Amino acid sequence: MTITNESDKEINSNWAVEARGLVKTFADNRAVDGVDMNVRTGTIYGVLGPNGAGKTTTIRMLSTLLKPDAGSARIFGHDIVREPHIVRQLIGVTGQYASVDETLSATENLIIFSRLLGLSRVEAKRKATDLLEEFGLTEAAKRPLKKFSGGMRRRLDLAASLIAQPPLIFLDEPTTGLDPRTRSQMWDTIRRLVKSGSTILLTTQYLDEADQLADRIAVIDRGRVIVEGTVDGLKASVGTSSLQLSIQNDKDILRACLLVENVLGVPTIMSPETRKITAPMANADLVTDLLLSLREAGIGLKEISVQRPTLDEVFLTITGHGVEPSKSNPLIGNHHEEAIQA
Amino acid sequence: MINELITPGADRQLKNHTSLGQIVRNTFTMAYRGLLKIRRTPEQLFDVTLQPIIFTLMFTYIFGGAISGNVHNYLPVIIPGILVQTVITTSIVTGVQLREDMDKGVFDRFKSLPIARIAPLSGALLADTVRYTIATLLTFSMGYIMGYRPEGGIGHVALAGILVIVCSWAISWIFAFFGVIARTASSVQGISMLVLFPLTFLSNAYVPVNTMPSWLQWFVNVNPVSHLVTAVRDLANTGTIGNDLLISLMGAAAIVVIFIPLTVRAYMHRT
Ligand SMILES: Nc1ncnc2c1ncn2[C@@H]1O[C@H](COP(=O)(O)OP(=O)(O)O)[C@@H](O)[C@H]1O
Ligand SMILES: [Mg+2]
Repeated sequence: MTITNESDKEINSNWAVEARGLVKTFADNRAVDGVDMNVRTGTIYGVLGPNGAGKTTTIRMLSTLLKPDAGSARIFGHDIVREPHIVRQLIGVTGQYASVDETLSATENLIIFSRLLGLSRVEAKRKATDLLEEFGLTEAAKRPLKKFSGGMRRRLDLAASLIAQPPLIFLDEPTTGLDPRTRSQMWDTIRRLVKSGSTILLTTQYLDEADQLADRIAVIDRGRVIVEGTVDGLKASVGTSSLQLSIQNDKDILRACLLVENVLGVPTIMSPETRKITAPMANADLVTDLLLSLREAGIGLKEISVQRPTLDEVFLTITGHGVEPSKSNPLIGNHHEEAIQA
Repeated sequence: MINELITPGADRQLKNHTSLGQIVRNTFTMAYRGLLKIRRTPEQLFDVTLQPIIFTLMFTYIFGGAISGNVHNYLPVIIPGILVQTVITTSIVTGVQLREDMDKGVFDRFKSLPIARIAPLSGALLADTVRYTIATLLTFSMGYIMGYRPEGGIGHVALAGILVIVCSWAISWIFAFFGVIARTASSVQGISMLVLFPLTFLSNAYVPVNTMPSWLQWFVNVNPVSHLVTAVRDLANTGTIGNDLLISLMGAAAIVVIFIPLTVRAYMHRT
């Protein structure tokens, strides 16, 4: 008996999240289709995927907001379905859309959440003041949230998730829609949270963000984890950067493709409409050879550029299909551009 | 504060249930939230302010002469009737607002907090008793201005007011249930009116029962709203407590016992 308890205890303290085969179906749409996930205590885990991949649904199941149709998950060893009330005492959730009360002020929001979590009137007031100060919202404390910017709302939302100092924090797309400066502030906050001993599970559409923050990432698409590993490992599997060639003459494009594949020794992706060839560039030195071969073959280049891997390339390479343009939020595309440039 | 070390998840002592004390505390915090919202948007009190004033004036002058010979004699009949009708109608708003509120992001946070699951509902319904209180005070005040002098005395009038508020709170659980299961706020309004209209008008609130056809008398006499109206008349006009009060309270208790579990269950199942 004692031995089992000991080993149980060890498992509990090692893993903040253990999910097995999580499934959620909406009508005939398998939004989450058998997701496995292990998040080690004290780390940042990134869930990377395009719009509609199932990131939010996964987080909603792990945070007890949604019951899984199949599979199971444990938070610090506590089952999300059988012990939801315990799980809620261990997590802080910052959803994709701010979950704060629009009609109330920032202070009132934080006081109400604090009181709900069992703080006394005085403690709740102090907690609210401290958190607002911490997140640079003191000036706006009394204003109704309707007048808050997107970034301020996000920060308040995160502040509200930290009242009980939960050991595990879910952040669903914490920086989508933020300007670059606010984004890097959010990154700093996330890093500090982990230093204080929290575990963080965040979702993002930006490889860049996962790269900056996460210790491990899972790439999900259409409800399935398609790759899981360390950031470095994932990048290596895609090629650190990709080479893009625009060909002057339409009819040369197939020949050019073959040439690139021969010289670089990698598969390419070709798009005839834009006369563009994209190839992972594992070894930059080989590009010199490629340019010489193109000249010899008489293939004229219109443009040449090198790009760091973007989510699109990761997807193209791993799944063979690109990131579908977002239907619900046309802005995402722009942010993606911004992420590439950053 | 972020830099304070947090207690590791595996070392925490946790319970998988909420205590009764916590349910009460959480409910009061949620009611506080409801009051803050009312204070921030006082325009949502329009209906509880205007309806008692307009209904009292309108019905008293329309029916007064026909039913009781003159307006003054009609007041002891109509004021309790209007009181019950107005305050119960106000409780529909509870369901409608709950529906609107539940669609907002903040309900996701309530669901992810380790609080009593019922608190967001029970708190909202408790806060709305403020609306019923306003409607009650205004109706009695309008009556007073028009010359109503209830013989039961101020103490019994207050009791009558509290009775109506308690019963409306109980009834608001029915509308809260509609609020939780309906798709849109306007459908809550629609269903609730459909239920409430016959209940309040097919009662003894405006006219004596013996003027109605016998098949209608049967319904009016079993209608719980009639019993509540009679209980209020007894208290306010004569200072007496009869069977009707008992029946009203039992009806309220039955609603609460049936609809609280139904509503909470529907709320938890809704994703
Ligand atoms: N409540 C819901 N009802 C029906 N379909 C849903 C619901 N929530 C999400 N979906 C669908 O599930 C899929 C995954 O959505 P989501 O988890 O929000 O993805 P992501 O957060 O990665 O953008 C999408 O196709 C979405 O349309
Ligand atoms: Mg999402």
